[in-house]
Amino acid sequence: MDNAIIELRGLTKCYGSLKAVDDLTLTINKGEIFGLLGPNGAGKTTTILMMLGLSEPTAGTARVCGYNATNTPIAVKRKVGYMPDSLGFYDNMTALENLVYIGELNGIPRSEVRERAVEMMDMVGLRNEDLHKKTSAYSRGMKQRLGLADVLIKQPDVIILDEPTLGIDPSGVRDFLGLIRQLSRQKGITVLLSSHHLHQVQQVCDRVGIFVKGKLLVEGSLDTLSKNLFTERYYEVQVTVRQAITTPWKHEPDLLQLPAVQKLAVDGPTIDITCTRDTTPDIVRFFVERGYDVTGVHRKEYGLDEIYQTYFENNLTEAATP
Amino acid sequence: MKNLVTSLNNPSPFGAMVRKEIAGHIRSWRFIVLLMLLLLTFWGSMYISLSNIRTAVSNAQDPDALFLYLKLLTTTDGTLPPFHVLLNFLGPLLGISLGFDAINSEQQGGTLTRVMAQPVYRDNLLLSKFVSALLMLSVLFLALAMLMTGGGMMLTGVRIEPEEVLRILSFIVLCVVYIGFWLGLSILLSIRFRQAATSALTAIGIWLFFTVFYQIVISLAVKAFIPRSHALTESDVLHYNEIILNLLRLAPSQLYTDATTTLLMPSIRSLGPVTMEQMAGAIPTPLPFGQSLLIVWPQVSGLIAATMVCFALSYYLFMRREIRS
Repeated sequence: MDNAIIELRGLTKCYGSLKAVDDLTLTINKGEIFGLLGPNGAGKTTTILMMLGLSEPTAGTARVCGYNATNTPIAVKRKVGYMPDSLGFYDNMTALENLVYIGELNGIPRSEVRERAVEMMDMVGLRNEDLHKKTSAYSRGMKQRLGLADVLIKQPDVIILDEPTLGIDPSGVRDFLGLIRQLSRQKGITVLLSSHHLHQVQQVCDRVGIFVKGKLLVEGSLDTLSKNLFTERYYEVQVTVRQAITTPWKHEPDLLQLPAVQKLAVDGPTIDITCTRDTTPDIVRFFVERGYDVTGVHRKEYGLDEIYQTYFENNLTEAATP
Repeated sequence: MKNLVTSLNNPSPFGAMVRKEIAGHIRSWRFIVLLMLLLLTFWGSMYISLSNIRTAVSNAQDPDALFLYLKLLTTTDGTLPPFHVLLNFLGPLLGISLGFDAINSEQQGGTLTRVMAQPVYRDNLLLSKFVSALLMLSVLFLALAMLMTGGGMMLTGVRIEPEEVLRILSFIVLCVVYIGFWLGLSILLSIRFRQAATSALTAIGIWLFFTVFYQIVISLAVKAFIPRSHALTESDVLHYNEIILNLLRLAPSQLYTDATTTLLMPSIRSLGPVTMEQMAGAIPTPLPFGQSLLIVWPQVSGLIAATMVCFALSYYLFMRREIRS
């Protein structure tokens, strides 16, 4: 673990009796894109604020880029770019002025700061005519891009994005996440992004951690997560035929005789089959041999959505039965 | 020299913050309105004092008659109060309006988190708000004073005494300190209250309390415990008078009035009651600048201390504050 850039050990934050973050231990390596997933109020923002030294942990340490974030926040903030979830700019200044101001706060010499700001805005895809617009005239998507420029102008080692996809349209989200991934790969920047939008995180993250009620339930790459979770019912095949099947279905016992098939559910023209191994070809053959017109076969793989759902369900049932 | 060049080229974050604050103030409508108000007040009081300056200066009974430029600041024919009295009302308004939304508007707008995520010390933000407003006010008042002396010189051709320069400069410093107190108070309230409107209203409430109700409250309270006046000896009267004055001096506007009148009217020797014995043998001449300054020193210290308290409280509240919006 010598290339760990963010190390959280036993990080805890209490607000009165409420534990916002509960004994969080997490390591993020250099160059990685890590997704912190969790519902609203899970403690994601609190964790991020503690990493930046903007909030004091009740217990535990946060080391970022080798510095203790609580004791030496300035050193950490020199290396880390942070984009808050509610992005605010000074509306009486133009976009470029906003950016130049942040550059100056980071100690970039005045002779260079303007040039670098223009370069950053170009990099995040803001057009030249947008430079001198007041930020009050910016759309949400443009503000998000400006926010990214704002984070990049200090040439950080780590960028932390809090809900970066909040309130932008789907194509904007795709572009934005693509941009983040590209920047991370080109410059070797470590990215930590928090979100409750699962699909978006799925697209870009190397690793995710699922965070509920201040606790990190699980972390790892998407593959390992889904393997761990769905060991028994890993494959689910959905077959659609032209004619609706009437229940009770006469072929049901035969289909259940097939190896590895666990159970099936018939709903009009679609049949959901759960099996322990990938037996899609056998199932299709079964249907074809019995003269069904198969119009569609869909092999379901478990994505983040299901993972997330399952963890939440588990969590909810735990909460219901204390 | 080389150091100076690099420090100009690599601005400290604090310098950048002050620069941004001043730019923000100057471009805002609020400041333009305040500037207009101040200029109008200045112009009005100058107009009146200039039209009455001949009688004021030729009045041989007045020991201050020789100080033409101080007379310009204080002469009036009763239609409009002199500039320093007007400023007693206008100053709080200036200070409050420059500071009432200093922190909470940034928090509401989400810019606070963004700025705090930069490598700057948290108190620098607070200090930059305070310093930038004070810097602007100092420049403004200095410009007004220069305008006045320049205009006076052009119109009368009288040479300005060094003593007058000192008195006018210390008057400006006093104004800035007085407004600084209200600025500090309004910044404190802007940290305490999340809504800008609440903090503005509270600040104006405090100001109104001190200008209107405070004197009534004090006189009521004093009447309640002072014995009937016919049973009092002279020294008792003096004593009670002193108590009332000191209580009144808890109000910053009273401190400001005491200090400015003493500075601008060199013949004022004491701010409290003076007995006949003390007056006997005193020659009605103006005091030297140093002596006037000695008289007002407690007032000035009081104002500075009040400002400091406000600032320290702001600092205490802000350092521990959760910054998320």
